[in-house]
Formats: sequence, C-alpha cells, structure tokens
Amino acid sequence: MDQILEYSPILIEGTITTIELTVASAFVALIISFVVGLSRFSRFSAVRISAIIYLEFFRGTSAIVQMFFMFYVLPLLGVHLAPLLAGIIACGFNLGSYGSEVVRGAVQSVPRAQHEAATALNYTTYQKFRYVLLPQAIPVMIPTFGNLLIELLKLTAVASLITISDLTFMAQIIRVQTALTLEPFVIIMVIYFIIASCLVGITDFIAKKITKGRNITVRKEI
Amino acid sequence: MEWSWQVALDVLPQMAQGLVITIEATFIGAILAYALGLMLAILRMSKSRAISLTTYWVSEFIRRTPLLVQLYFLFYVLPDLGLFLSPLAAGILGLGLHFSTYTSEVFRAGIENVPHGQWEAAKSLNYKPYQTMRYVILPQAIPPMIPPLANYLITMFKETPLLSAITVVELFNAANIYSNSHYKYLEPMTLVGAFFLIVSIPSAYIAMRLEKKYQRRGGGSV
Repeated sequence: MDQILEYSPILIEGTITTIELTVASAFVALIISFVVGLSRFSRFSAVRISAIIYLEFFRGTSAIVQMFFMFYVLPLLGVHLAPLLAGIIACGFNLGSYGSEVVRGAVQSVPRAQHEAATALNYTTYQKFRYVLLPQAIPVMIPTFGNLLIELLKLTAVASLITISDLTFMAQIIRVQTALTLEPFVIIMVIYFIIASCLVGITDFIAKKITKGRNITVRKEI
Repeated sequence: MEWSWQVALDVLPQMAQGLVITIEATFIGAILAYALGLMLAILRMSKSRAISLTTYWVSEFIRRTPLLVQLYFLFYVLPDLGLFLSPLAAGILGLGLHFSTYTSEVFRAGIENVPHGQWEAAKSLNYKPYQTMRYVILPQAIPPMIPPLANYLITMFKETPLLSAITVVELFNAANIYSNSHYKYLEPMTLVGAFFLIVSIPSAYIAMRLEKKYQRRGGGSV
C-alpha cells in the first residue's frame, strides 16, 4: 500500500486526464447528437441520408476500431492528430451516433398535435423546433443522455490503448513498475465508480430541475 | 497511401481465424450474460432487503466501471490469487459478467411488467411457485425481452475487440498483429471496420424487426 501512495501523483494526473477526456468528448457528442438527430427531420433527402450513413457507420463499427483507425490510419492519409485529440474525436463521434438516436426519438415522442399546432400558427421550422418541439423533447432526453454519459466515461478507458495517459494507462504503468496487480486495478475501479456516480448525481439533478414546475414525468430507463 | 489488394488478400486468412474466436467469445459471453443476468434479476427481486440492495450495488459497481479495466483485473489479478484462466476464458468471463448487469435489468423489467392480476390469478388457482412462473408469468414475460436481449448480443459483438488488450487474438487483434509486423495499417483496419459494419447493420435490422413483432403481443400493459 505504501508503494501505491508513492504513485498517487500519477493516479491524480490520470484521473484529471480521464475527466478532461470525458468532458471534452461529451461536449463533442452532444453537438453531434443534436446536429445529426435533427438532420433526420430535414426536408432534403440528402441531409437525411447523410445523417443515417453517419449513424450506421459510427454505431456499426466498433469504437476501438475507430480509435485505432484515427490513430494509425489517418496519419498515413496525411491527417495528424495528437493522441488526446484522436481520443476525444473517436469517443465523441461514437457516442454522438447513439445520442442522435436519443434526440430523434425524443422529438418524435412529442405528440403529433404539437407539430400540427406549430404549423397551423405558421411557425417557421426554426421557431417550431425552438419554441414547441425541443422544450418538450429535451426533458425526455435527459435520463438516456445520463446513461450514455456513463458509457462515454467507460469508453475513455479504451483510449489508454492509443497511448493516452488516462487512469487505465496509469494503472498499467504502476502494474509494470511495481508488479502489483490487485491494488492499482481496484483503486482505479473505485475512482471510475466515484466519477460515474457523480455523473449520475448531476444527471438526476438536472432531470429534477428541468421537470420542476412542469407537468412532465421523466422516466428513468436503462 | 494507396490501397493494396495484395495486402488485403494477405491479411484475410488471419482475420478469418480471428473471426472464429470473436464469434466464440460473443456467443459464450452472451449465454453467460443471460444466465448471470437472470440470477441477478432474481436476487434483486428478493424479499430480503439486504440481498436486494447488495445485488443492486454490486451491479451498479460493475456497470459504472469500464469493461477494459475489469478484463485487466481478471487477466492480471486472478493469477496472483491462484486462479489461472486462459486469456480467452478471462475475456469471456469479463464480457459475460459486465453485460449480465445490463441483461438483468431486461429480465427484471420483463417480469415486473406482467400485470399484478396475473400473479393473483395464479395464486387463486392454487398454482405452486414453479407452476406460476412456468405457465403464467414467463410465457408473458419472455416475448418482450427478446428484442433488448438481441440488442445486447450485438453490443457484445462490438465489444469483443477489447479482448485484444488481454492478448486474445480475435478478429481485431489478428488484423492489428498483421499491421504491426508489416507496417500496413490502412487495409487491415479498414477491413475490420467494414466487417463490423457488414455484421452489425443487418443484425440491427433484424433486432428492429423483432421489436416490431413482439411489440403487439405481450408487453404486459393491456
């Protein structure tokens, strides 16, 4: 245990990298979710089809494969990404594809009459989404987004395989240098659990806040 | 960087060998995930609060920590504790354990969605607990479970490349080993990605069909 204490600075560094990676890719994923998810409602078939291709591509190929592709193949094609950037893009793009389905499903779950009412009031497409559909759809998205956030946190561990020095990477360093196995892995699992539990708490808080005073119930589902 | 068919043909036989391992890991892992998941679901519904809460937190711990770290744990820590598993066995155990916490939610929801009146009816007909489950509850609970369980099978298939981190030579690792020894990344990585797409798009379509098929019947809410 004393040996592990010596390594606490790199564990802290790894925790910070993991959190950075999670937050940055969550941001990327959130933007992609909305752009791709809302593109599915476009009146132009080209936009709709591109969104479907994006979705199927990033949901259908494994996240690890995407990460290795970005790390090893893109440089050969002349695109050089720093490992951290490749990790953020890979995690963000991958989770963005799942998120886009959440956005699409939530907008579709808004009752048909609301769509029609907005049209009847002669709202522009922007107004319809901004003032009618999204305010009703976003609360529905929150619990599922919370689950995806946990998936994202867990996905960042895979980024250790493309040399990003996150928690998992640091645990491997400790294992190699001290030949300890139980301690480093148990410690990082507990750290991951704590981070994930904080994320769950934050999501629940937002869900509570957003539903307060409105006549909606947000159903927690796995 | 030019695409070379020669390289592609070269790597294919090795990928085919890896594919066998991938399929093995997916299916055995899935069977394990279903069996353990059912067990967790039953424990979670236990009348004893201690058993139910312990099961809940153990599941949450497994669900909130990355599969990769769990695989490392099984691969590096168990031998130190005197339990030797082959890499593939450790990988399958990890996959099964991780996803059992997801499938248990499916089982639990499926059983809980059977209307309360059905339990009471079975009781009033003097059915034994076995008969109640076998003839009343399960026939109604199982159909709606099939689509989500099929979806987890696809998810597990996409997670198998993680096993490469604990030296299992499955599809992705077979391609990666070839890449590293020949310094050819474009073709193997692209082929792996393409392969995942070829499998996961049709299977996602089949899962969607299953969902439509089982939506009308059962479902629990009449």
